Formats: sequence, C-alpha cells, structure tokens
Amino acid sequence: MKSFTGKALRWEWREGVIELVLDRAPANEIGLAMLEELEKFVAAMESLASDTSACIIYSNRKHGFSAGADLRELYQGAAQLSEEDRVSGVRNFLARIQAAFNTIDAAPFTTIAAVHGVCFGGGFELALICDIIVADKMARFAFPELRLGLIPGFGGIPRLKRDLGNAFIRDLLLTGRSVNAARAQAVGLVAQLAAEGEALRIARATAAQIVKFDGVTRSAAKKFIKPIPHEELRQEIDLFCDLFARPTVMAALKKFLESTDAMPYLP
Amino acid sequence: MRTLEQTTQEVLDLASKHFNVPAGSLAPEDDFFKKLGIDSLQTLEMLSRLENHFGIELPDYEVQGVSDFRTLASRIQSRL
Repeated sequence: MKSFTGKALRWEWREGVIELVLDRAPANEIGLAMLEELEKFVAAMESLASDTSACIIYSNRKHGFSAGADLRELYQGAAQLSEEDRVSGVRNFLARIQAAFNTIDAAPFTTIAAVHGVCFGGGFELALICDIIVADKMARFAFPELRLGLIPGFGGIPRLKRDLGNAFIRDLLLTGRSVNAARAQAVGLVAQLAAEGEALRIARATAAQIVKFDGVTRSAAKKFIKPIPHEELRQEIDLFCDLFARPTVMAALKKFLESTDAMPYLP
Repeated sequence: MRTLEQTTQEVLDLASKHFNVPAGSLAPEDDFFKKLGIDSLQTLEMLSRLENHFGIELPDYEVQGVSDFRTLASRIQSRL
C-alpha cells in the first residue's frame, strides 16, 4: 500500500522515501486509533521495504511531534475494569505497541524522526525507534511517566540505554524533566539541530542523501549496529504492569486529567 | 554578566515578541499565564525560547509554582 490516509496518521511512498505523518488532534496522543494505524503501516512495510531507502516520521500538529500516550483513553478504559482486567488490558496494549515499534526499529530502510515541539513519553519512544533524529530548536524531550507513578512502557528505557549514557537516562527518568533540543544533541540523542520549523526540510535533505546508497549494505550495517533489546523490552512491560496495578496510579491519572492548573504535567 | 533587572527586561521583551503582546505592556510582577493567555504547551514553548536565548537549561520543576516574570527571571539568573 504505497499511500494511506487514516484518522491518526497517513503515509505516502515516493521515489524511495516514505513520509509517515502523525496527525491526530490535539497532540498526536498514542491510543488505540494511532496503534491500529501504526499496525497497518507495519503490515504495509513488507511490500514497500525492497523499494524504500528511507522513511521520515513527522507531525502535522502545531504543538509538536507527540505528547505521548492517550492518558484520557487509558484512564477511561481502565476505570471501568477490575484490577485484573485493567492490568491485562494494559499489558496487551503495550505488547502490541512494542511489536509495532520493534518492527519499525528493525526496518531495512533508514528511519528519520523530524521532531518539533513536544516529544514526550510515548511520543519520545516513537522518535527513539528511528535511526536518526532531526530536531528543531523548539523541540523538547521528556519522560514524564514518573509523575504518574509509572515508567515508560513503549520501549523507551531499553532504547535509551542502547543509545546513550546511563547518567542522562537517570536524569530524565528520575526527575521527569524535559530537555531542549540543544541538550539532546549535546548528549548524542539528536543527530542534527534545525532552526525553528526546519526539521522536516533537513530530514528530507538527509533522506535524499540516503537514497544514493546501496540497500543491501545499509540493511546489513543497520542490523549490525542496532540490536533490538528484546529481553529488556519484555522486562519493561512487566515492570510497567506491576506499577500500573497500584491504586495510586489511577488516582494520579485522574488528578492529571481533571487538573485545571496551567502546568498540570508538573508534580 | 547580566543583572537581574536586565534579565527580567529580556524575559519581558521575549514574551512580548513571541506571544504578540504590545511591547511595554508587561510588568515584572505580572502573572504570565493570565497576561499572555498561554496554556501548558505554550508554557513549554516559552521555556524553550528562554533556554535558547539565555543559553541555559531550566528544568521544569524550577518553574513549578512560578507565575510572575520577576520570579521566573530570578530562576534564570541563578543559572547564568
């Protein structure tokens, strides 16, 4: 399927490059709609892969790449269930998300995240599956999950450990703070910094360069340098589910969703 | 090295420019949420602009409970 337009995202293949556009109001929150369409993309990847050199993932939403998991959907879905069903529902969702993310992470073509604005939680984890992150100077990265009594569950911790030094990961996870794109580049998370609004242009220029290279070599090199941390990804799901089972998490979610504070994401 | 007064003025100028509020209409003691009419995502945008302008990092928790320009400027000043 060379092109697709859905409720949460769309993609188009052209001359060896796929552009996958996240476009779900208000801020590309990742819930069932986004997951189902990512799974459609993963299914389409198989037929597209041999003709594809690069895939750019970017957002059409003004405020940023993605604000993360759809917490409202998570809370409203979980609130109606028993504790046991709540946890198994979350586990199932995480397993599906991680399966989709793992497939994109291991894609034989080069993946580029063009990031602007908010890139938080699950949105940050989506960017982390990409080989290259291009971020404009207004991009911010965070794992705010600790504020809700959770950890990232879409594979963020194992992927950050794969890519970066432990000290930076501890800072992000244990303080829940957001960092700007310049800092993210300084630690090696962001490959290229762009002026405000220019991340997509730079990602396209990078893709145009990548298209020139041999696909077999690219695929082999990527497999060699970018292992998928399968065991740690499974452990992350287990830990997330253990934490999610606690009543304090539902209380924290409720408080966040009902907050009228100007900055509700701060603890 | 900037004084706190200079830092405060630069914060006011930056906020005025980027949130389309008339220059000179903002005062150090003003509540920036109310005066600028910004939400949480726009607050993050302001944080990025301030960090880029001053060349600092300002963790979100440093601005927890801060709502006026003067206090915000003092948080920035402590990182210059």
